[in-house]
Amino acid sequence: MAGVAGKKSSLTWAVQISVALLVLLWLFPTVGLFVSSFRTADQISASGWWAALFSSEQSEVFRTLDPDEHRVLDGNGFRVDGTIFADTPLNIQAWGVSSRDIAAYQPGETAEMKGGETLTLRRDGSYTWRGSDEQLAGRGQRVFVTAQVPPEFTLDNYATILFSGSGQDNMAKAFFNTLTVTIPATIIPIVIAAFAAYALAWMEFPGRALLIAAIVGLLVVPLQLALIPLLRLHLGIGIGKGYIGAWLAHTAFGMPLAVYLLRNYMAGLPRDIIENAKVDGATDFQIFTRIIIPLSFPALASFAIFQFLWTWNDLLVAKVFLIDATGSTTVMTNQIVELLGTRGGNWEILATAAFVSIAVPLGVFFVMQRYLVRGLLAGSVK
Amino acid sequence: MTSLSLKGVSKAYGSMEVLRDIDLDIEQGELVVFVGPSGCGKSTLLRMIAGLEKITGGTLDIDNVVVNDLPPAQRGIAMVFQSYALYPHMTVYDNMAFSLKLAGKSRQEIDTAVRSAADMLQLSQYLDRLPKALSGGQRQRVAIGRAIVRDPKVFLFDEPLSNLDAALRVATRIEIAQLKESMPDSTMIYVTHDQVEAMTLATRIVVLHGGGIEQVGAPLELYERPANTFVAQFIGSPAMNLIEAKVTETGPRTSVIMADGGHATLPIPTRAEDQGNAVKLGVRPEDLSLVEGDDFLVSADVEIIEALGETTVLYFKPKSDAPALIAKLPGIHQIQRGTHLKLIAAPEKLHLFDENGVSFLYRS
Amino acid sequence: MLSENPALLGLATIILGVGACLGYFFLSNLVLDKVVFPARGKHAGRNINRANMVRPWLFLFPALFALGLYLAYPVFETLRLSLTDRSLGGAFVGFDNYRQMMNEAKFWEALRNNMLWLIVVPAISTSFGLLAAQLTDRLRWGNLAKSLIFMPMAISFVGASVIFKLIYDTRPADQNQIGVLNAIWLKFDGGAGSIFVLQILPTVFFLAVAGLAVFSGWGMFRDGSASLRGRSLWQMSLRVCAAVLGLWLVWASISAAVGIWFVELPYGEPQTWLTIPFWNNFFLMAVLIWIQTGFAMVILSAALRGIPEETVEAAIVDGANPFQIFFKIKVPQIMGTIVVVWTTITLTVLKVFDIVFAMTNGQWETQVLANYMYDKLFRSNDWGVGSASAIVIMLLVTPILVWNVHNARKEMR
Repeated sequence: MAGVAGKKSSLTWAVQISVALLVLLWLFPTVGLFVSSFRTADQISASGWWAALFSSEQSEVFRTLDPDEHRVLDGNGFRVDGTIFADTPLNIQAWGVSSRDIAAYQPGETAEMKGGETLTLRRDGSYTWRGSDEQLAGRGQRVFVTAQVPPEFTLDNYATILFSGSGQDNMAKAFFNTLTVTIPATIIPIVIAAFAAYALAWMEFPGRALLIAAIVGLLVVPLQLALIPLLRLHLGIGIGKGYIGAWLAHTAFGMPLAVYLLRNYMAGLPRDIIENAKVDGATDFQIFTRIIIPLSFPALASFAIFQFLWTWNDLLVAKVFLIDATGSTTVMTNQIVELLGTRGGNWEILATAAFVSIAVPLGVFFVMQRYLVRGLLAGSVK
Repeated sequence: MTSLSLKGVSKAYGSMEVLRDIDLDIEQGELVVFVGPSGCGKSTLLRMIAGLEKITGGTLDIDNVVVNDLPPAQRGIAMVFQSYALYPHMTVYDNMAFSLKLAGKSRQEIDTAVRSAADMLQLSQYLDRLPKALSGGQRQRVAIGRAIVRDPKVFLFDEPLSNLDAALRVATRIEIAQLKESMPDSTMIYVTHDQVEAMTLATRIVVLHGGGIEQVGAPLELYERPANTFVAQFIGSPAMNLIEAKVTETGPRTSVIMADGGHATLPIPTRAEDQGNAVKLGVRPEDLSLVEGDDFLVSADVEIIEALGETTVLYFKPKSDAPALIAKLPGIHQIQRGTHLKLIAAPEKLHLFDENGVSFLYRS
Repeated sequence: MLSENPALLGLATIILGVGACLGYFFLSNLVLDKVVFPARGKHAGRNINRANMVRPWLFLFPALFALGLYLAYPVFETLRLSLTDRSLGGAFVGFDNYRQMMNEAKFWEALRNNMLWLIVVPAISTSFGLLAAQLTDRLRWGNLAKSLIFMPMAISFVGASVIFKLIYDTRPADQNQIGVLNAIWLKFDGGAGSIFVLQILPTVFFLAVAGLAVFSGWGMFRDGSASLRGRSLWQMSLRVCAAVLGLWLVWASISAAVGIWFVELPYGEPQTWLTIPFWNNFFLMAVLIWIQTGFAMVILSAALRGIPEETVEAAIVDGANPFQIFFKIKVPQIMGTIVVVWTTITLTVLKVFDIVFAMTNGQWETQVLANYMYDKLFRSNDWGVGSASAIVIMLLVTPILVWNVHNARKEMR
């Protein structure tokens, strides 16, 4: 359509701008979390995260040295020399000597105060304060400085969350727990479902159509229904709460989608190839391992991503089947929910913890997006 | 020696019968072509021989062993599929070696077999390629090579040329013919809907229609002596003209007249009781020629003229609801639309069928 | 040692689990072919056929076992539990649990909120998805844009809850707001700009929604009355439902458009968004909409790509403008996909638990059924009422279940 004659270019521009706005709107929340995870607690509570991206204006109050001790004779009066910055210097934009006008002077200018008292503040923070005997007495003169502070980020939060933090703040254990749940819960259903999908796609037996319909039905059964009966079952047969229960539950809950996706894909493979393998003397088992599995790689990858994202991001199954009273098998989603309850205001901890937990799925997402999309297209029941 | 024999073979899906009572013996070294319109059951028959479809009635012998219940791999057959069915994730070499590996042959044996088949088909330099890196013709050759490697008793071809473009189809057809010549002892069964392939490749053609065999015979036998109107019209292009006629004289030679006054006497014997019966006179378009005067076979008005240079095809206006008459004349003819023409054919080129469509030549 | 190191335990499970699965499939096939029905002797052919009749069930068994035990059986067991009382030793109590549930205000709140979610989330996600799909369709950087809009799909509901809690964060009025929403809110001062953005624009929006509902309802009515005969009762009742829903939508949007002029907006005060009754539901829904829009966009984008180019070109030649092309040529052709996207998001909404659990835990009138059920099960330990509410969720899912199975069977034939 791009080549159609007489097409208005203003419309194209409107489209470009709307898409850009939409993308920004969608990206904004995640970026906020990401940026916040690199800020200190003080920075987070001082300003919104969007302010952290630009150098910010910061106002601070300093006091000159105690005139009684540091003043020296200077002509008719006295003078105090010194610098307002004890440690790190700031990039002074403007300054003032009264809280009513804190940005009255540029660096290098001289402030005229009552009775001929003067103060000169230079860009490097050094000052000269001149005045009479009674003017340079008592406490030091207050200096209000408006400085430009460059964006500042820190990795401290990640160090806390991943290594040094104690108790709830340390996610390292939960991270490994999550991995421990996720990887077997992703691989095992693939193996089981692949065999079942092959049988449903390419083997003749009575009741096949009925089984496929049943699996489509199970695809939408909410797993909420399974919670009590299965928890009772697990407790009854002695599995209790723990990894095995979680693996079994994830395996079974992922099964309808796995069988459905893989069956649809396998049924679409060319019949001739499978028949040719039969003529070549392959048994069903050999056809499955040598022909079907290599050719179904895209579908296997699609489901693997789904199951990985689902198990990694899961909260409900972990809470019901995995995490016992000791909490030693907690997963990241659960720990974050707990953090939300107990450390709701500590955004540096929360943001970092949340970002650690979403970093892995995001990585998987961007690397394997192609397969995810393919799986989505195949998986939505038509 | 009989290589393969079908005795009363039939196939039914539930109550729907797609093949019934097929009897056929195939000798070693024959190339038998199954031909017929789509839906005639020719592919099903081939797949039953391969073991890809269950045989629901009758027996199938290969080398005098009943193989009805044997899986495909144990029947001693190899099959070339319409879509080639190459394993897309294996190289040409692995494609050809796959069946031998499954059979547990030694590495040495496999290598020898694959390389000799590849040489024969000029595939040696492509052995490391994946199928997607090959042209259509090369893929076709790999599919054939995969069959050769297994050294089967019977080769089965399921419309192997229908995925190729016209030029390649001719070239590959010739290659298959040469392949057959180089392996005179191997038996081949070839399914096609293309009568040119059937005529050029076959030692014998089996014409299938509506789940049964219409006629079995050498290609030219089918052309010259079709057993019934179906075979008569299926073999040859354009199809044979069938003209309603009435028998006026019986005996070793038969005379018939047509409604428009055309008449013919042909060297086909009829019996006395056929006198006066309605019959169908068959004449191929290419056997008709123009004639003047009263001694003609048929006469009609020209409706459409197709001048092809090499030949001129004339379509005549049909009389009432009869099918249009077609004539194919050699060379170029200056004929106007609507001209009334008279046509004649040599008596020995004429065919005669009874009202059931059965040729008088084959009447028992 | 194994139990102390979860990583090792996990590794062992992967090897054991996968090994056991593969071993099961391999050995069971081997036993079938060599021992039970050997392909030798005079019954070789018959044995092979018999083995081939058994084999599918060998392949299917583990999957069917898992599906049966973990998904099919619980449906019935939950139904049974919902009719019994745990404290009475599992005695049958009929519909007592349901009656008790009906008497709880929290249940009705959860049901009302669920209905709100069911209407708002699929509608907005699907329309945003469609909009994004159409806009990015011919863009050179369309794939990048889609990828970024799609990204939230990978983020957990819990992670997304944290992200949005930061957005909704509230600080006292004298401090800098660190939540975006409050920061923006405090920019409004009740002047002309505020009236335009907060009152005129929403009014226009609500009136547009009402207009659209009337328009599409009128279109359906016209189609319906033209071919009233020959329609099944089922289709008619579907139409009646749609009509009721449409009328409600018209009423709701018009009253919202009017109501917005009579509300006194608390300008200048930072809001605790998640505690404003009723409206806080929408702030929770935003999280799910944010996640699901990418899903809708990806599927609809593929559907838009699947539309034959010729139909669009024919419409251009016929003189259709871009909006007519979109609404009259493209949308009707992808209607089937839109329905699929809609129902899929509906299913997600019905099961939504994590977002509410993490953000409000059902306080401030934001309860939904899934969280209500979790509450009953694991906080109050009331398995009877918990099961009853699970059955309510199942009942809500059932129409989609039936519809999907119906379609799948139709497709297979």
